[in-house]
Order: sequence, then C-alpha cells, then structure tokens
Amino acid sequence: MSATRAAVTIQGVDKVFRTRKGGEVHALSDVSLEVAAGEFVSLIGPSGCGKSTLMRLVADLDPATGGEITVFGKTVEQARKDQDYGIAFQQAGLLPWRTVRANIELPLEIHGVDARARKERSDELLALIGLEDFADHHPDQLSGGMKQRVAIARSMAERPRLLLMDEPFGALDEMTREHMQNELVALCQETGAAVIFVTHSIPEAVFLSDRVVVMSPRPGRITDIIDLSFSSRDEDLREDAAFYKGVTAVRSALHGGADASPGPRGVENR
Amino acid sequence: MRTARAQSILWGVVGVLGVAALWELYKAVAPDEGVTVGSITVLPRTTDIAMPHIWDMVTRLFDPVTRAADADVLWWAVLQAAAFSLGIAALGWVLGVISGMLLALLMQRWLTAESAVLPWVVLSQTVPLIAIAPLVKRWGTNIHVGSFQWENWMSVAVIASYLAFFPVAVSALRGLKSPPQADTDLFHAYAAGWWTTLIRLRLPASVPYLMPALKLAAANAVVGTVVAEVSIGLGGGIGRMIIEFAATASGDPAKTWAPIFGAVLIGLLSAGLVALLGRGLGRFRRGEVPA
Ligand SMILES: Nc1ncnc2c1ncn2[C@@H]1O[C@H](COP(=O)(O)OP(=O)(O)OP(=O)(O)O)[C@@H](O)[C@H]1O
Ligand SMILES: [Mg+2]
Repeated sequence: MSATRAAVTIQGVDKVFRTRKGGEVHALSDVSLEVAAGEFVSLIGPSGCGKSTLMRLVADLDPATGGEITVFGKTVEQARKDQDYGIAFQQAGLLPWRTVRANIELPLEIHGVDARARKERSDELLALIGLEDFADHHPDQLSGGMKQRVAIARSMAERPRLLLMDEPFGALDEMTREHMQNELVALCQETGAAVIFVTHSIPEAVFLSDRVVVMSPRPGRITDIIDLSFSSRDEDLREDAAFYKGVTAVRSALHGGADASPGPRGVENR
Repeated sequence: MRTARAQSILWGVVGVLGVAALWELYKAVAPDEGVTVGSITVLPRTTDIAMPHIWDMVTRLFDPVTRAADADVLWWAVLQAAAFSLGIAALGWVLGVISGMLLALLMQRWLTAESAVLPWVVLSQTVPLIAIAPLVKRWGTNIHVGSFQWENWMSVAVIASYLAFFPVAVSALRGLKSPPQADTDLFHAYAAGWWTTLIRLRLPASVPYLMPALKLAAANAVVGTVVAEVSIGLGGGIGRMIIEFAATASGDPAKTWAPIFGAVLIGLLSAGLVALLGRGLGRFRRGEVPA
C-alpha cells in the first residue's frame, strides 16, 4: 500500500504515561498499523489495553512517547489543524445551551463557515440521522441514542476523510445500538471516510469493520489483526454464517492471545 | 408555570405579614423592659421607642421629614436617598463584576496566576470595610488628572465594588474551569484557540455558576454602599440617613425605621434586576438546579 493512499500510518509507537507519584504506565508498546483510505478498522481488547490512548495519539490529543504517526501523510498536529478528521467520544458531549442544529454546526462555526452553508450542511446531516424534527430541541430533550446520533453527525459536519470514534455506542441498549450500526455503515458508504472505531463488542466490531485489530494490555500492543471481507453489510449479515465465523475468529484471538492452540489464529478469513 | 409564580408571590407576601405579626405579637406579650438574666438582656425591650408599632412606622412615612415648613414628606425623602444609594451600588456592582471577571480570566489562563492571585483575592475579604474606607478616600484624593476631581461618591463606589468582586471572581473561575475534559478535547481537536474556546465553551459553561455570584455581588454592593456612605461621610444616601434619623430615635422612634425600609427596598430592587438579567441568559442555564 503506498503511503499516499493510507489514511493513517502508525509505526512503532510507544506511549508511556508518567503518573504524579513518579510511576510509569506503559500504555502502548511498539504499535504499528496502517489504515487505508476509506477503510473501517475497529480496535478491540480488554479494558486498559490502550485503545483510547491510541486513538488520542492519532487525534493529537496526547503526544506519543516514541514512534511515528502520520495522517494522510502529514504529522498528527498538521492533520488536526487542517481538520482532516472528525471525532466522537463515548459520551455524546453535546453543549447543553446549543440546539441540536447548533451543536452539529459547532465545528463549521468555529472554522468560519458562513451561515447559509452551515444551514445547508446541518439540514443534510439532520436528514441523514433522521432528526429533522428535533433541530431546535436542546440536548436535555433527547434520548441517549438521539444525542449519540447528533454527536456522530457533528463529527461528520466537515466531511472528514477520517473518523475517530471511541466507543460511540457504548452507552446504548442493544436495539438502538444495532440501529446506529446500520446507520453508521450507510453513512460511511456515502462519505467514503476511513474510520478508526474503538469498541468492546465483538459482534459490533465484526459487523462494522473491514479489519478488526485485537489488542492486549500491559503493555498495550496489537496481538492480532483479523480481515473480514464481507461483500455487503446489511441486516442479513447479522444472521450469516460468515458473520459468526468472524465473531468466532475475533473471540478466539481475544481469548487465545497467548496460547494459539484453538485453530489457526483468525487467519481463515484472510 | 403561572400558578407556580403566583404561589411564590403569595408566599412572599405571607412571609412579610408573618414577620409583622410576630413583631406585634412579641411586643404585646413580652414585658416592656425585655427579659434580663443578671445584667444581660436576652430578649429586647418592647417599649414604643425600641419597637414602635408597625402601623406607626407606616403612617410616619406620610408625614414630613421635619417640622420645618418646606420639609419633604418622609417617604419621598427616603425614596430619593434610596435611588442615590442604588445608583452608587449599581456602579460598584458593575466595577466589581468587571474586575472579578478579569481576575477569573487571568487565573484560568495562567495556572501560576491562579496560585499567585487567588490567596490575595481571599485575603482581601478579611480586611474590614472600616479599615479600607479612609484608605480609599486618601488614595482617591491624590488622583489629579487634568480637571478630574476625586469625589466622595467615587470612594463609596470603589468600596462597594471591593465587596462585589469577590463572589464573582471565585465563581467565575469555577465556571470557566467547569467544562469536562471531553469538551476541551473536542475544542482542541477543532484546533480552536484560547479565545474561541473561551467564547464558545468556557463563558457559556460558567453562566450557571455566575448567576448566584451576581446576586451575591449585588447584595454585597448594597451593603458596601450603605456602610461606606457612613464611614466616608457621604451625604444624600440611605447610609447617612440611617445615622441621622437614629439620632432622633428617642423623640421620633418610627422615623428611624423609614431608611431601613429604604435599604430593604434597594436590596429587593437589585436582586430583581439581577434576576431579570438571568432570564435573558436563560438558554445557558439549562440543567441548572433552581436555587
Ligand atoms: N492520562 C493518563 N495518565 C496516566 N495513565 C493513563 C492515562 N490515560 C490512560 N492511562 C493508562 O493507560 C492505559 C491504557 O488506557 P486506555 O484508556 O487507552 O485504555 P482503553 O483500552 O481505552 O480501556 P477502556 O476499554 O477501559 O476504555 C491504562 O492502563 C490507563 O491506566
Ligand atoms: Mg477507552
């Protein structure tokens, strides 16, 4: 894969947090990963294995201790300043004094997009997430799932070529969650954005991703990468044998990180 | 909504009537010389000089201030004095809010500023008003810029602002620091600078913290004005009126209470004005627990 076509390249990245008491937490150790343009990559692994940390490094919210990360061939700082990515966290993080529409328009407003273009874009996104009727509501008048949809629309407001999402559906019930997953798939197909998606749910990772990156803790590192080349992603896929095969592959990679005994480690889908 | 408002007004009226009733009840029941244990008075005297009847206080408002032929009617004199003091208190409040906000911004922007300034902000409030009044007056009179002349009312306004800035500085700082890290991360991801983050995130987020502080600042400004009028010796306001009328207490006890009603009126008005301001900022106060 040529460097120019990659959305994100991560090479030998280390991250060490120094705690106030002088201790050190080795959050990431020698992590390398390449995400192609338009590719959907999920990060999965037990709590504390550095998924959020890795995403924050890519977003330039924390500095890496060692190694190199580029986003569309630029440094992470440049990519952040150029607004090359959109970001959504586990908590929707909407500003309570802004209406749904104004929340979606926030990044556009900060970057000086004029009012007409802003309204055009927020109209588009409101339709996309099916909340046209709630444009003038405030976040406290929305359900958790609706807030999360608004946060996702906000992350897409500037049509980024890269989306960073840290457990965006973590707080949702299973029904809403599957619905949101379907919507996210549709949104990604429309925009063609690359996605780095942090999750704790194996089925979610399998359903959404082109590749699932399995990580393990202490120190955080990548133990396995599982390729899933489904021809299409729709409701039927959830009942498909290939889907279950993918789930099994990810599960055994997660549990068998050390002992590789249960079969060939997730390579059957490659 | 409307019935809730009507109810709260009703309870306010009930409260005032209740205090008046208690006053008269105590006056009727307790002995004239109060209750003393040894030589210490534990319950106040109830003579007409110490505790005039409520209706005497009210009717006194409609008599002239003095027996002089050209004397104003008392309520009008009190109202004028109250307006004068309210004007100075308002100026002090504005000055206090501005300086409190500026200090909070300074402390939010630079952590070292916080550790350097915050102790002084807290310490400043331990200096008694009586001590700073003459200082402010003396410093003020040393200011000569062109034809500018430092006046006594300016000293009073400065002292009022001295009491008003404190709650604003402390609460604004808390409010400016209130956005969770997820929000500041988001703004960092948007490559928003300090100024943009301030305008679009920190200031709006600090409004729920500011509202009670602005009310407290208003109360402080009123108290500061009244007390500073006395210690600076500025005539025309409620503060001096309270002292002047107190001198006539033995001959005209009901009159003493007129300027106190005036002070209460100023307090109510200023609280009302701040509440009005708060309604304008309603959309920033979502999720605020009603005080
Ligand atoms: N700011 C920080 N200071 C010190 N240590 C940190 C900091 N942030 C994360 N860590 C540590 O780094 C490790 C990885 O944390 P991280 O949040 O990336 O895990 P995670 O995989 O996202 O976990 P979860 O699934 O629970 O969200 C943890 O051991 C954590 O304690
Ligand atoms: Mg995490």
